Amino acid sequence: MALDNRKINLLLQKFRANPYRIFVVVTPHTGYLREFLVKEGDEVRGPAGKWLEKPGSPLFVLERERNPKVIRAKAGGLVSKINQELLGRFVEAFEPVLEIKHTLTQKEIIAELLRETLHIVTAPEKARYFLSPELAKKIEKEGEGRVLVKPGEELAIMSFMKRETPILHEGPPMVVFRVFFSRGQMVEQGGPLLGLCLEEERPYVEKLISRVKEEWPA
Amino acid sequence: MRELQRYLHELIDRVIYLQDIKGEGWQGCAYLLEDLERLKERFYQVSEKECQHLLESYETRLKILEDRAARELTPYEIVKITRNPQRFTLLDILENVYDSYTELGGEGDINVDPAIVCARAMISRRVGDKVYLHQVIVIGHEKGHGEEFRNGGSAKPWGNEKALRYMRVAETEGIPIHFYIFTPGAYPIEDYPGAAQQIARNLYFMSKLRVPTVAFISEGGSGGAEAIGLADIRLMASRGYYSVISPEGAAAIEGKIKEGERPPRELIEFCARQLKITAEDNLRLGTIDRIVPEPPLGARRNDYQFFKRLRYEMIRATDEVVLRTKSLKAFRSYALRRKKEEENPPEEFDIHVRWDLSEVEVEKLLDLRSKKYRQMTRHILGLNKCSFKGYVEKTQDVGLRIYHDLRYGILKQGQKMFQRVMEELSGEGVAFLKQLTEPLKTAYDLLASKPRKPRARVVGLEEALVDLPELYVSPLALEDRTVTCPNAEVHGCLDIWVPDLYGEFCGVCPNCGYHFPLEYQWYLNNIFDAKSVKEFNAEIASGNPLGFEGYDKKLALAQKKTGRNSAIITFQARIGGISLIVAMLIADFRQGTVGVAEGEKFIQACDRARITKRPFLAFVHTTGGIRIHEGTLGVVQMPRCTMAVREYIDAGGLYIVVYDNNSYAGPVASFLGCSPYQFAIRSTRIGFAGPRVIRETTGEDIPPDYHSAENALRRGHIQGIWNRRELRKKLYEALLTMGGKNLYYK
Repeated sequence: MALDNRKINLLLQKFRANPYRIFVVVTPHTGYLREFLVKEGDEVRGPAGKWLEKPGSPLFVLERERNPKVIRAKAGGLVSKINQELLGRFVEAFEPVLEIKHTLTQKEIIAELLRETLHIVTAPEKARYFLSPELAKKIEKEGEGRVLVKPGEELAIMSFMKRETPILHEGPPMVVFRVFFSRGQMVEQGGPLLGLCLEEERPYVEKLISRVKEEWPA
Repeated sequence: MRELQRYLHELIDRVIYLQDIKGEGWQGCAYLLEDLERLKERFYQVSEKECQHLLESYETRLKILEDRAARELTPYEIVKITRNPQRFTLLDILENVYDSYTELGGEGDINVDPAIVCARAMISRRVGDKVYLHQVIVIGHEKGHGEEFRNGGSAKPWGNEKALRYMRVAETEGIPIHFYIFTPGAYPIEDYPGAAQQIARNLYFMSKLRVPTVAFISEGGSGGAEAIGLADIRLMASRGYYSVISPEGAAAIEGKIKEGERPPRELIEFCARQLKITAEDNLRLGTIDRIVPEPPLGARRNDYQFFKRLRYEMIRATDEVVLRTKSLKAFRSYALRRKKEEENPPEEFDIHVRWDLSEVEVEKLLDLRSKKYRQMTRHILGLNKCSFKGYVEKTQDVGLRIYHDLRYGILKQGQKMFQRVMEELSGEGVAFLKQLTEPLKTAYDLLASKPRKPRARVVGLEEALVDLPELYVSPLALEDRTVTCPNAEVHGCLDIWVPDLYGEFCGVCPNCGYHFPLEYQWYLNNIFDAKSVKEFNAEIASGNPLGFEGYDKKLALAQKKTGRNSAIITFQARIGGISLIVAMLIADFRQGTVGVAEGEKFIQACDRARITKRPFLAFVHTTGGIRIHEGTLGVVQMPRCTMAVREYIDAGGLYIVVYDNNSYAGPVASFLGCSPYQFAIRSTRIGFAGPRVIRETTGEDIPPDYHSAENALRRGHIQGIWNRRELRKKLYEALLTMGGKNLYYK
């Protein structure tokens, strides 16, 4: 479905109605659930720090073979739906224990929307990537979201062990809306490289982003 | 009027200086400053005569306050004097003490490291109507008067490397070095080659630096100070401090203060008092040689009298070092020792001493330096006292030396020489015979149906290592439960059953190879041949030489817990039949920290390895650094032990260091880090300062693997990472393949 005002409203409506992501915390393995370290409504935080070196908040203690293990939050948010019945009981692996209601941030909403609205070009292999020189020059001159690429045109160059492979554009002519890598960056296989959209959709995508920024302050 | 204005500004500066030291609310300092500021505001409304009168009265008040302040100075206030931006720095010394100088390796902020200044300088002395010029290399820390880029005199690894480079220059040119120490500590980063590794290299080099060296300490912050502090004579400013740790750092540890919080002032004052950091304390403890007197509240950048004094002291100290190496010195040495001159240094010198040394004198210089550092802190353990036991031990040592020199020296050398000659002869013979027999062999190979079997055999390869009859199992294995590997989330390791982990797996995760910590007994029993461990010097005990309040209890607790007297175990043992000397720092006793007893035991073990021509292994189960409760007595173990190690390596030994668990600070930055063969057991952490100190000093966070063995290997600090299960085999291989030529089995 092509992007228009109606679709924008629909998308925004979806996030307005439910600006959360629910993380269901399950038991990683079997064991006795000895203790809950949080109450319903408590705020917990996920791993933090530049290298995610600070672990998330402790949620509950799962004991197996006299090895009490503190299970920690993988994401920040409010604790809900604690399954109190499991307390003190033996539980199987992957048993839902509680939920963390994570409020989506502006950045996360934009990322989610771009994933839905843009055509994402992904990395075929783990390698270093460079924008094609012509495209880089054009983007530098005109800016992101202004450069049109035609089918068969070179988008990026994949460089691995001195072997360079061009990544060509396939499909209808599109504008380069976002570049997700910096020059020479090592990108994992399947990682996003470029976000493209049809030229007529571009104003809508821009509008969508500006509306998100208005409604969900950073 | 201009004179009066200058007078006024000078008084204001003096009051601010006093306030900085004693605190703003001290004895009406604030009122005096207020009066001076008020006078400054209405300076042109007051008559010259009245102004003069007012200023003189203010100065009288100020003098009374200054005298009182000087009488009541606490150790922490001395620290504040040392850190004051008005205090003299190295560049002030270069300007005022030396006749001329050329900065080397950078200038100002265009520099390898602006915290270290190296210069080629000239210093003159007048004897009668003659002026003699001496050339010296000056190396020191520059704090800068508020210059941010100087980093407060905290040298980065490459700054210390620059210092080392110019020490080499001085050695090549045969000119003395004057070291000036103005550092709160080294900049604790692990960028190549790492703070600890560079300090260790400096110490190793300085221990046998072939030129006279004199060090002057104003602010001696632990390892950073030692990086340029191993000198023949160590002078110290009377208002300087020399310490194992900053009083704030010690207070944070003692008071268990959380990161980001400031320790209370009383606790800092307490720690500064307990650490014995002042010049008088250090002189009493024997860690410095002499005090250079300063004005009562410390010298500032315009105290020209002080610079005159310092110039006299530096020349006199260098003379002293040089004269000690001369055979004809009696009168000149006497002239230098005159008490009268100590109190009131003369403008002129009575004597001239050339500062260049002959080869024989250099050897004597090195010998004296070695003796000086070896003697340092021994009095604390009572080892200098002449006793019957001492004489017996000395006789035993001499006997041991003669035996080993005969057995593995003269006789072995003769045997080796004979072997070498025989090898040469047989080589020549083989080459000659080959010319004759080669055509016959070729013809035989062509005619014979079966090719000849090659008879190659490896020359000199020892027998394979025999496994130990039974494996010692850690008592940790006696629990019936599982544990989780710390890498479980990343590598998906399954929970491990404790009896398996600490039994069959030797504390190693079977999935990712993470090494769980094990007690030192495990290594004692599983590395060395059965029943081969023979401990010595177990009776040398750690004490509380500074009388640090509350430390006696902690020490007694550690002794009770471990049943040992110190954090180091020294013993003789065998691996695959090869006898070696081992020094093992253990975690259980005060986190393997090094104090006087540990240093002395290490040196004695090192010497025993040298005399008996045994390989020397330093096994670091854990070391938390230098023991702060022993203050500078602990710090000087860094140069002392490095000196012993250098002499051992120079004598042709094999010094191997193996790190396990956590190894940080002073020991790594000296006698451990200077080894050419350093290895780590997997999952070890090695570094100079811990994450908290790095964060607080540099303001930057560090990645979780910053101190990992892998990173230490990457920057060349260690030479390999070993698996605990292969430790015995790896050590055996190292003993066979590494080391100098003076080992008893080579």
